[in-house]
Amino acid sequence: MMERDIVVIGSGPAGLCAAIEAAEAGAKVLLVDENAKPGGQLFKQIHKFFGSREHSAGVRGIDIGTLLLQKAEELDIEVWLNTEACGIFDQDKVWVVRDKSTSLTIHAKRIILATGANENVVNFPGWTLPGVMGAGAAQTMINIHRVLPGRKILMIGSGNVGVIVSYQLLQAGAQVKAVVEAAPQLGGYGVHTAKVRRAGVPFYTGHTVLEAHGTDHVESAVIVKLDAAWKPIAGTEFSVDVDTICIAAGLTPAVELAFGAGCRSVNSPVLGGLVPWHDESMRTSIPSIYIAGDVSGVEEASTAMEEGRMAGLSAAHSLGYLEASRYRSRFEAINHNLLALRSGMFGQKRRDAKEAIMAARKG
Amino acid sequence: MQRILDHPILGPLPEEEKVTIYVDGEPVEARKGEMIAAALMATGKPYFRKTVKRHEPRSIFCGIGRCTDCVMTVNGTPNVRTCVTAVEEGMVIETQMGFGDWGGKR
Repeated sequence: MMERDIVVIGSGPAGLCAAIEAAEAGAKVLLVDENAKPGGQLFKQIHKFFGSREHSAGVRGIDIGTLLLQKAEELDIEVWLNTEACGIFDQDKVWVVRDKSTSLTIHAKRIILATGANENVVNFPGWTLPGVMGAGAAQTMINIHRVLPGRKILMIGSGNVGVIVSYQLLQAGAQVKAVVEAAPQLGGYGVHTAKVRRAGVPFYTGHTVLEAHGTDHVESAVIVKLDAAWKPIAGTEFSVDVDTICIAAGLTPAVELAFGAGCRSVNSPVLGGLVPWHDESMRTSIPSIYIAGDVSGVEEASTAMEEGRMAGLSAAHSLGYLEASRYRSRFEAINHNLLALRSGMFGQKRRDAKEAIMAARKG
Repeated sequence: MQRILDHPILGPLPEEEKVTIYVDGEPVEARKGEMIAAALMATGKPYFRKTVKRHEPRSIFCGIGRCTDCVMTVNGTPNVRTCVTAVEEGMVIETQMGFGDWGGKR
C-alpha cells in the first residue's frame, strides 16, 4: 500500500496552508482535491481581505491563492487533482478515486481534513425554480466562469457573503434589486455593506422572501415584512422584478469524511452546526486525524489559513519532524494570529464558540 | 445570460480557443476548458433538466458539484454534473428528462 506522512484532503485556503506548513517542517505530504484546479473557494474571492498584515489584509483572495500555489510548487508538494476522497478506514487509510477511474487506498500516518462547507438553503414556494441559487454559486459563475447568472438579482441575507457577492454582481454588470435580511439588523461588516448601499441598492431588514414566481425560470419574487416573532405580516407583501434569487443563509461544515471516520462531534450553532471536536492543535478525537478551516466551524478564509498552518504544524510535530522549542514558538505565533482574528465585535463570538468546542468532552 | 467581457478587477475576458458542443442538437460555441453549465448559462438556456415526477425545471444551484441539480445527459450518459464537467469538442449534451435514458449502457 502506498504510504505518506500526511494526506491533506481539500486544497482550499486551509488545506493549502496545512500542506505548506507540514512540508516546510519536512513531512512528506500528499494534497488531494476533487476539483480540476486547486484553491477551493479562494479564487472567487476578488475582494481585499481583513485583519493585519500577517493575515494578508488588503490583499485580494485571488492573489493570496496565487501566492499559496507558488509556495506549494516551490516546496514540491505532491498534489492530486480530480481525486475524490471517498472514505477513511482504520483511522489512517484514505480511499480515493482518481479521474473517476482509479480506486486506491493510501496509508496516511496523519490525515488533515480541510473539506470546507456547503451553502445553506432557504425553502419557499418556488425555491427550486431555475434562477434560485446559492450566493456562492452566483459568485462562482461571475468570478470564475465569467458568466452572469442573471441581470436582475434579489439577494437573501445580508451577512458578509450576501453583501460581498452583491457587490461583485454589481461589478460584473448585474443589477441588484434588493438585499433582504430576516433579522432586524444587517449582518455583514460595515465596509462591505456600505459599498452596496452607496451603489443605491435597497436593504430590507426584518423582511424575507415569501415566494418566487416563474414558468421555466424565476420571473419575480414576493417580499414580506416579518413581525417580532419572524412571522410574515399579511398585507405587507410586495413584488420585485428579478430573474435571479441568490441565497446567502450561511454555511454548514462538510463533515461527512470526519464523522464517517468516527470523529466525535460537538454542536456549535454559532459556527454552523455539528463539527468534529478538536483541540488547539486542530487534532480531533482520533489522534491521527486533524481538521482545519470551515469543516472545524465556519469562519473566514483568513482563520482557515491559520488553522491550516496549525494543523500542518501539529501533524508534522506529532511525527517527530520538529524540535519541541521550534514547535512551541511557531504554535504560539499561529495561535496569536488566530486570537487576533477572533477579537472585536464580530470575532469574540466566534472565539467563545471555538473555546466551547475545545472545552467539550473529548469522548 | 451573457459573458462578462470586461471586469473592473479581473480585466478583459482572456482570449480562449473555441470548441463546438451540441445542445439538444444545436451547435453552441463554448470556451475550451470551461464547465458545461457556464457555456449553457452564457447562451441563456433557461433550464437543464426536468424532474421525474412533476416534470419541474431545474438549473444550477450550488455551482460546485455538491447538489446535483444541474445534471444533464452528456455523450449519452445521464446525470452528469454540468457545473464540474468541462466542455470538449463535439460533446453532445441533452436536456435530461427524469432519470434520463441509459439506452443500452445500463
